[in-house]
Amino acid sequence: MSTPTPNTNALVRAWYDKETRSVIVQIIAAALILSFFAFIINNAVVNLSNIGKDINFSFLWDNASYDINQHLIEYSSTSSHFRAMIVGLINTLLVAVAGIVLATILGFILGVMRLSRNWLTQKIAYVYIEYMRNVPVLLHILLLHGLIVSSLPRPKGSYNFGDTFFLNNRGFQMPSPEFQSLFWIVGGFVVAGLAFAWWFSRYAKNVQDTTGKTYPVALINLAAILLMPLVVYFALGSPIEWDVPALKGFNFKGGMVVRPEFIALWLALSLYTAAFIGEIVRAGIVAIDHGQTEAAQALGISNSRVLKLVVIPQGLRVIIPPLTSQYLNLAKNSSLALAIGYMDIVATIGGISLNQTGREMECMLIVMAIYLIISLLISSGMNWYNDRIRLVER
Amino acid sequence: MKLINKVLTGMALTAMTATAAQASTLEDVRAAGELKCVVTTGLAGFAAPDANGRWEGFDADFCRAVAAAVLGDGDKVKFVPSTGKTRFTMLNSGEGDILFRNTTETLSRDVDLKLSFLPVNFYDGQGFMVPASLGVNSALDLDGASVCIQTGTTTELNLADYFRANGMSYEPVPIETNEEGFTNYVAGRCDVYTTDASGLASTRAKFDDPTQHVVLPEIISKEPLGGAVRHGDDQWHDIGKWVVNALINAEEMGVNQKNAMNLAANAPGNNPGINRLVGTEGSMGAMLGLDAKWAARAIAQGGNYGEIYERNVGPNTPLEIGRGLNNLWNNGGVLYAAPIR
Repeated sequence: MSTPTPNTNALVRAWYDKETRSVIVQIIAAALILSFFAFIINNAVVNLSNIGKDINFSFLWDNASYDINQHLIEYSSTSSHFRAMIVGLINTLLVAVAGIVLATILGFILGVMRLSRNWLTQKIAYVYIEYMRNVPVLLHILLLHGLIVSSLPRPKGSYNFGDTFFLNNRGFQMPSPEFQSLFWIVGGFVVAGLAFAWWFSRYAKNVQDTTGKTYPVALINLAAILLMPLVVYFALGSPIEWDVPALKGFNFKGGMVVRPEFIALWLALSLYTAAFIGEIVRAGIVAIDHGQTEAAQALGISNSRVLKLVVIPQGLRVIIPPLTSQYLNLAKNSSLALAIGYMDIVATIGGISLNQTGREMECMLIVMAIYLIISLLISSGMNWYNDRIRLVER
Repeated sequence: MKLINKVLTGMALTAMTATAAQASTLEDVRAAGELKCVVTTGLAGFAAPDANGRWEGFDADFCRAVAAAVLGDGDKVKFVPSTGKTRFTMLNSGEGDILFRNTTETLSRDVDLKLSFLPVNFYDGQGFMVPASLGVNSALDLDGASVCIQTGTTTELNLADYFRANGMSYEPVPIETNEEGFTNYVAGRCDVYTTDASGLASTRAKFDDPTQHVVLPEIISKEPLGGAVRHGDDQWHDIGKWVVNALINAEEMGVNQKNAMNLAANAPGNNPGINRLVGTEGSMGAMLGLDAKWAARAIAQGGNYGEIYERNVGPNTPLEIGRGLNNLWNNGGVLYAAPIR
C-alpha cells in the first residue's frame, strides 16, 4: 500500500471541506456556462460569415420604404428604419401602459367582487376569472379583433354619435385638438395648479398633524388643477380648434382614430391580465388578519377608513410583488400584436425592417434589448413603490 | 454525474452537427433522400395542399421537377410552408434546400440576403382587387382607402412608392398570410387587397361569386418570380437553373410529359437539341453532377413549362390567367431559356 502524496492529500482535503468544495463547484459551473455561451456566439458568428454576412447596424439609417398606419410621431415611407423602430416602440409602450392601467382598475374591482357577500356578484367574478385565465391570450386577441372587424358596420354605415364621434370596423373616429398659440397660457395654469396642489397637500397635512384642523383638500386641489385652467381657457376664447372627422370617399378624414387592432389588443391584454390581478388582490386582502379590522372597528373608525387606513396599506405589501410580474407579462404579451397586424416594435423593426433588410441577427438583438429595458424599468419602478409602502420598523 | 455526462454529450453532438453542415447541398439532398422545398403556406394554383393533403400547384410542380432530376423520384419532396417573412430565413438556415414561393427577384435579395435566383419562371406584376360594388375603375381613385397588404413582401414597398408618387394617402392594414388577407378583405377591414396579379386571381377564384370583385387594370410593378437557392453553392444553383431552363426548352421543342421518357429510352433522333435535352447525346447531366436522364425525368414528372402552366394557373383553371408575358418568345411572350448545349 503506497502512501498518497501530500499534493493529492491537499486536494482531497480541499474537496472534503464544505466551503472550498462549494467554491470549486461554482467555478466549474461558471466555466461551463461561459463556455456554452461562447460556443453559441462563436457558432452564430462563424455561420453568418460562412454565408457572407456580417453584423452591422448601419442599415438603421437607410430609408424604411414602408408605411405604418398608426404613428404618433411624424413618419412616412421616406423615414429611416430607426424612426420606424421608434414608432413601433411608442406603439408598444402605448398599448402596454394603457393595458396596465385598465387591467389594474378591472383587477381591483374583480378582486373585491370575488370577496363580496353577494352570491351573484361573487360567482360572476369567479366565472369570469376562470374563463379568462384558462384560455390563451392570443385567442382572446384574435376573437376580439374578429368581432370588431366582422360585426361593426363599414364606414358608410358607421354608428354616428352627434356627427363628432363615429364607430365602425375601421376603428373609433373622434375629433383631434389643434392647439392655438394662446393655449400655452392654459397649459401654464395647469402646471401651476399641479404645483399648488402638491404644496397644499403637504401644508394641509402639516396643519392637521399640529392642530387637528382639516381642509377639504381634494376639492380645493381639483379646483386648482381643473377649474382655474378651464376658466382661463374660456376667458381666452377657447384656444383649441377641433378637427372633426368626416366621411370622404372610402374612409373618414380628419380627427383621430383608435384602430380595431389597438382596441382588440388593449382590451384582450387588459381583460386577460385583470383576471390574474383579481386573484392577487383577493389574496392580498384575505392575507390581512381579521383581527386588524376588528381592532380598527373597536376604535370606532368608519368602515371606509378601516379599508383605506388599515386593510389596503397592509394588503398592498402582499399584492405588489406578484402584481409586478403581471405587469411584466402584460408588457411582453403585447408582442402578440403581430397576430392582428398592430404595428408594435416586433412588427416594425423585428418584422418588416428585418424582412426587407435581411438583418435578422441585428433586428432581433434590438428587439430583445428593448423588451429587456422596458421590463427592467417596470420592475425597478414597482420595486421603488414596494420599498415606499414597506412596513416601517421602529 | 450522469446529468453532466448527458450535458457534455449533448454539447459535443451540437458542435458536430454545426460543423457537419458544410457538405454540398447536392450531397445533403442525396443523403437525406428528399428535397426540402420552401413553398407558401397556401396559395391556390401555386402551392396548396389538396383535399388529400398532397401539395399541388405551379411552384409545387417545380419542386417535384427538381426532385425528379436530382433524386429520380418527383414525390421525394418535403414541402416546407413559409410566410413572406420566414421564407428567406428558412432557406438560409438550411430548413429548405430550394425555394419556390412566388418570390420576386430583386437586387437587395440577391446580394444582401445572400440568395442565388433561378431563372424567372413567372412574370407577374402587382395589382389591386376591390369589391365591384365600390364602383372604382382605376387605382388612381383609391385615395384614402384602407389597403390589405402582406408584410415582408416587395408589394409592401411598391404600394408605398405608388401612393407617394401619385400624391395619394392610404391606410396600410398589414397581414401575415394570404388567408388572413382574404378574411380581412371579406370582413371589410380594408377596401382594397393588393398583391401580385396572379395572387389576386388565385384569391378571387375562392369567392362564391368572383364577378363581385374586380381586379383594377393598373399593374404598378414588375414582379419577376423565380426560385432561389442559398448563395455559395454554385453546383446546386446550376442544377436548379437548368431544370427550369430544361422545362421551358422542352415546351419549345415539343417534349412533354408523355413522350419524354420514350425519347430518352430510344436511340437518338435527328433533332440534336432534343437529344441533348433528354440525354441521348452529349454529357449534359454529368456536367451538372447528375445522370444523363435528369431532364427527361423532370419533364416526365409534371410536364414541360406549358403543361405545368395550363394545369395550375392557365385559362382553364379557376385562376384563369392567360399566358401573356409567360408565353414562349416565339409565341409573343418573354420566356427565352438559354439553350442546353
